[in-house]
Amino acid sequence: MRLFLQLLFRNRLAGFGAVVLGVIVVLAVLTPILPLHPPNETNTANRFLRPLSEGHWLGTDHLGRDLMSRLMWGTRLSLAVGFAAALFAGLAGAAIGVLAGYFGGRIDNVTMRGIDMLMAFPYILLALAIVAVLGPGLMNALIAVAVVNIPFFARNIRGVTAGIVHREFVDAARLSGMGNARILWSEVLPNVVPVIVIAMSTTIGWMILETAGLSFLGLGSQPPQADLGSMLGEARSALITAPHTSIVPGAMILLIVMSVNLLGDGVRDALDPRLRSGAPSRPEATTRVERATAPEATESGLLRLDRLETQFRIGKRVYRAVNGVSLNLSPGECVGLIGESGSGKSVTALSVMGLVASPPGVITGGAVRLDGQDLIGAPYEMLRALRGRRVAYIFQDPLSTLHPLYRIGDQLAEAITAHQPVGRAAARARAVRLLEDVRIPNPAARARAFPHELSGGMRQRVGIAMALANDPDIIIADEPTTALDVTVQAQVLALLDELRRSRGLAILFITHDFGVVSQLCDRVAVMYGGRVVEEGPTTDLLAAPAHPYTRRLIACVPELGGGRRRLAAIPGLPPAVDDLPPGCAFAPRCERAQDACRAGEIALAGKVRKVRCLFPETTP
Amino acid sequence: MTLALQTRDLARSFDIGRRLIGPPRARLHAVRPISIQVQQGETLGIVGESGCGKSTLARMLVGLVAPSAGSIEIEGRLLDRADPAAFGRLIQYVFQDPVSSLNPRKTIRQILAAPLRHLRGLRGRELDARIAELFAAVSLRSDFLSRYPHEFSGGQAQRIGIARALAASPRILVLDEPVSALDVSVQAQVLNLLADLKAKLGLTYLFISHDLAVVEAVSDRIAVLYFGALVESGPAHKVFATPRHPYTKLLALSAPVVGRPLGGAQSGELPDPLNPPPGCAFAGRCPHATEICRREMPALRAIEGDQHAACHHPLAP
Amino acid sequence: MGGYILRRLISAIPVLLGITMIVFLIMAMIPGDPATAILGAYATPENVERLNRYLGLDQPLLQQYLIWLGNLLQGDFGRSFALNRPVLDEVLERFSATLILAGTAFVLCSLLGILAGVVSAARQYGLADKTITFAVIVGISVPSFFLGMMMILFFAVQLRWLPVSGMYSIWGGGDLPDLIRHLTMPALALSVVATGVIARLTRGAMLEVLRQDFIRTARAKGLHERRVIWGHALRAAMVSVIPVLGIQAGFVLSGAVYIEMVFQWPGIGRMLVDAILKRDILLVQGGVVFVAACYVGFNIVVDVAQHLLDPRIRA
Repeated sequence: MRLFLQLLFRNRLAGFGAVVLGVIVVLAVLTPILPLHPPNETNTANRFLRPLSEGHWLGTDHLGRDLMSRLMWGTRLSLAVGFAAALFAGLAGAAIGVLAGYFGGRIDNVTMRGIDMLMAFPYILLALAIVAVLGPGLMNALIAVAVVNIPFFARNIRGVTAGIVHREFVDAARLSGMGNARILWSEVLPNVVPVIVIAMSTTIGWMILETAGLSFLGLGSQPPQADLGSMLGEARSALITAPHTSIVPGAMILLIVMSVNLLGDGVRDALDPRLRSGAPSRPEATTRVERATAPEATESGLLRLDRLETQFRIGKRVYRAVNGVSLNLSPGECVGLIGESGSGKSVTALSVMGLVASPPGVITGGAVRLDGQDLIGAPYEMLRALRGRRVAYIFQDPLSTLHPLYRIGDQLAEAITAHQPVGRAAARARAVRLLEDVRIPNPAARARAFPHELSGGMRQRVGIAMALANDPDIIIADEPTTALDVTVQAQVLALLDELRRSRGLAILFITHDFGVVSQLCDRVAVMYGGRVVEEGPTTDLLAAPAHPYTRRLIACVPELGGGRRRLAAIPGLPPAVDDLPPGCAFAPRCERAQDACRAGEIALAGKVRKVRCLFPETTP
Repeated sequence: MTLALQTRDLARSFDIGRRLIGPPRARLHAVRPISIQVQQGETLGIVGESGCGKSTLARMLVGLVAPSAGSIEIEGRLLDRADPAAFGRLIQYVFQDPVSSLNPRKTIRQILAAPLRHLRGLRGRELDARIAELFAAVSLRSDFLSRYPHEFSGGQAQRIGIARALAASPRILVLDEPVSALDVSVQAQVLNLLADLKAKLGLTYLFISHDLAVVEAVSDRIAVLYFGALVESGPAHKVFATPRHPYTKLLALSAPVVGRPLGGAQSGELPDPLNPPPGCAFAGRCPHATEICRREMPALRAIEGDQHAACHHPLAP
Repeated sequence: MGGYILRRLISAIPVLLGITMIVFLIMAMIPGDPATAILGAYATPENVERLNRYLGLDQPLLQQYLIWLGNLLQGDFGRSFALNRPVLDEVLERFSATLILAGTAFVLCSLLGILAGVVSAARQYGLADKTITFAVIVGISVPSFFLGMMMILFFAVQLRWLPVSGMYSIWGGGDLPDLIRHLTMPALALSVVATGVIARLTRGAMLEVLRQDFIRTARAKGLHERRVIWGHALRAAMVSVIPVLGIQAGFVLSGAVYIEMVFQWPGIGRMLVDAILKRDILLVQGGVVFVAACYVGFNIVVDVAQHLLDPRIRA
């Protein structure tokens, strides 16, 4: 609860809404004991007094009634009606939605068809029809507004419930021996309640508007009783001669609804787990750069990373995902970058072309040089011209990395036209040839397919074709086969290997699988805690790992053909990159670690075989 | 040796495009009739690629999915009704995604207490004692009990998942890709924990995975699924070393192994599940396929000793 | 595609039947006797009974419904006693006025809302975003009838730029420029709330989409940022915006009732409110069924648009 309030008031607008609404509610509650004129006391001699008249701060209306008093009583009424309608509609809708969503099947089907039927009316028609039956009156307007809104709640809550019912923890509860009623009550409902609260808090404002609207039409509160809507309705005929009688209630409605909406948004942000750590932010076109100076170029190469540093800044925390990674890629070479999740291997790869999502990502140091030219902090247009043209990417999950709504042929053609001045037809023809190059059967027909119509393996071939579209020099492949089945993975790896040899491509291959690295890469770099801890030619490194982490990581991966055995696990957890220890990040898990390992920076030593360790397993 | 679990022609099909009235538009056979036997104290590894039906099979075994045909027998007792509560005391399930299998709004203590209360009827001090015992068994600190699931790493959450599965003292655990969501260094910890628990409690495991090396490392026997059917089964040390079914051989060759050149680059994909071929489902990708393979579905038969394969032309060792 | 449209049209038939049933039942529940309402309180019982028989009100409810439905299907919506003219004529005339108003407002709110939402998301936390977000909050909180009244005060009374109310000028009007001058204020007032809702939703959908992997792919292949935002991202965001456009169309149509009152627009909303107050049941029935049917038709168009946009739901 305290956390909730803290989150709520973190949003200053919501806090403002809460304060304004609080004041209005308190005044409305206190109205009967405030020293006000009786709201219905008419005095036609004093009609249409302007605001700030003596005895009538806000003036009087067409019957000479005190506007201030009528405003307060009207506010009281409007607030009560709006809240009551929201509560009623919210609870009734939620009950229907939860039951339909939980039980599914026929109950769901029948209920939802009924709901669809009600939603086939523009809501006011239904509200008018209900008022026509019940007769004009505030209570009837309330009922009409509430009933009309039930379908919206029911549908929303049903969707959420159905989503929760298919979550694994509900299966787990069944396996724990719980029955339907108990699961509904203790597993499903606690997860639905926040959604119900969000839905209600964001619609109260709307309910107040709607009941005011019905009163405005003369179908809600009947004279002499007045809510804000009917005050406005009565004032309408004198709009031009005495505008203040309209402005006063209208402005009040605006103020109430606005503060309710601001507060409702705050409640939503505070309760929605996705928004808890701040609103979702959009990644910018390139990663932000905050770099003091570029380090000197050390070696020359096709692609050269020098002490690259990339961080994620979330709130006050700084996650140092990449901590001074240096790496070299020569023409035609395949370099593997291997590590566990959180080791910084993917962030390193994305930093090259400024594709790290930003915010929260920031490149804070180092250089990335392509043919000697530094790309960090390069102007957007230059980076764009190189993306896909000289350095192309292949990503992990081909289903989420291809646009779901464009045909794959068009997506390929677009990659070509982004860099080359060719016509649409020519680009399409090239796209089909690319599909042929990656051995997709029947390429002309497949070019017209959407990504979801292809199998995972075929989709990743499309991903490869897209990377090849502009004959790049370098391909950065970020776990391109992790999401695929083994037999398909073997096909895709073989294709990549063949393409790189026939086209002289340089590949930076990111993976967590030693088997894949050994089959594909010339050299390999092992990452841990955002640093390269070991680097060298693949066969040498795998045969005789020098860093204790590398050795033990290789040992904990079972290998096919090894038979039944106990695995050599590494105790402890990988380091949290927002709290890296000084010295070697592996020291807390390492049995060879000494005090010196924890003391300070350890350099990556060596020429061809490099290792960042004071007490390596072997001397390379 | 006694039988811990036995299925007879267990099968499940799903209706696709169900209409309000009348037959469905299509029927998808997720699991074709499968008969398996698991001995007490044994680990049966089940491997297969996506779409082979291994998860549906697992969910049928614990009662989360009702079979459309066939029967399940646990320790000689026939369990034909899909009722997780009835299954729960005998057989339990460990989920692939440890975090999503824990209710985000419950503390770990509440999560662990549920099976103890509802399946074993424990209350009060007995309950607390049993929870402490379980937590110690999966080597987690007892002050974690009052925390919520989001505070745990994947490896820790999976230990909690295992503790929950063990709570009702089942005889059999179905482990559905229990380490696939974990990093390799953590994966080994969890696999070793599972091995220790098995030895200590005399459990029987059904270990489902797509990772051949992991399955080989933990299993006594291995069953290979392809396209919803059992294509090969046999002792763990033999199945991948001397595969008899061409699909098993393709799998073994495709697995990336350090120091072995790229293999299994053979093309071909799964047949369309809504329009399955009449014969062997692997015939379209098989180098040895003949006329009979495309016409007739091969039955599972003993090839040599305990090694079975469903193939018209089984490979020589 | 044609098959889908046909299926969708067929599936609308039960919905339309349901609508007629709901409307008929609600109207049958109205207390009091239509004949008394028509003839007034001083009518003789014989006259009331004769009229009831003439209107078919002495028949069982189901039979009344079937007769009414049968007439409806033949285009006979009955006769409005208060206006003494066929319901259909009146409904068609009034609805065309509403259609001009609500249609304009709908086009306005869709275009402005999507535009504002995309700009707001693309410049998140920038000045444009903050301005739009604030305008949206005010926009969704202001009662459209109050906004309309304030517009009249300001633009018609103070500045004298636009006419106060009505659809055409009484003298010398009737052409298109005249209509546009009369239409500007009501259409704007009507579109404000929906613009806010659509802008807010588009912004949210865009922010969600911009974090997706396929946006990174689009950037990685060197597409220009303009194309990434207005092509790849907006197209994907439209999948969640289009259904809301359908719902908002209903809200615009509903809001038109208030706006028609404020601006004396001769639309169907005002007609319905008057008919309810006069208990002109056949007119209410006819009007509600007609508008609801049009809305069902519009929602079919929305579904077809969604179907065209998203190939995944075709599978």
